[in-house]
Amino acid sequence: MNEMIAIIFICIGVLFNIFGCIGLIRLPDVYNRLQAATKCVTLGCCSILIGVLFHFGISDAGIKAIVAIPVLFFTATVAAHALIRGTYRFGTPLDKRTVKDDYKEAVK
Amino acid sequence: MSDWLSILLYIQIGLSAVCLYRIIAGPTIPDRMVGIDIFGILVVGICAIIAVQTERSFILDIGIAWIILSFIGTLTLAKYLSGKKLNE
Repeated sequence: MNEMIAIIFICIGVLFNIFGCIGLIRLPDVYNRLQAATKCVTLGCCSILIGVLFHFGISDAGIKAIVAIPVLFFTATVAAHALIRGTYRFGTPLDKRTVKDDYKEAVK
Repeated sequence: MSDWLSILLYIQIGLSAVCLYRIIAGPTIPDRMVGIDIFGILVVGICAIIAVQTERSFILDIGIAWIILSFIGTLTLAKYLSGKKLNE
């Protein structure tokens, strides 16, 4: 039973990773790419680690998975936020189809 | 069980190849850095699947260390992009 649940969670995680990488390839500019890829890939890898936790149960490997989930969650989001702020300061232009840029007014 | 895990592992490795495409072909410098960041997260998934496949727990340690190193590396790249020195 636990094997079945683990496989289902790992399948969901790989599916979300596929969505994130499709976004990484298809979307028009840096900001859209980072937003799509970070959200989907973080959720996907957390889901894979939940599957690992179900597979191993409460043992040494299960505890390592429990430790890895919040570490991955917080570091990935914070790193993405810092990276996109640096990108804006660097002066990378937005896509031509962008309709609204609130951060430009907030910086002034 | 093992067949499913092998298929999922190959899919995950293919996705990191997609990230390598973005690192090589990205039109601007921040594109490549986004590729590096996402690649670092995907490697953790690869480590987790290999840990389930081989029933060994030390591979998860490699994943945790990789997360933290990727975090520090991405913060350094962000500092470089915003044009500041590392001590401000």
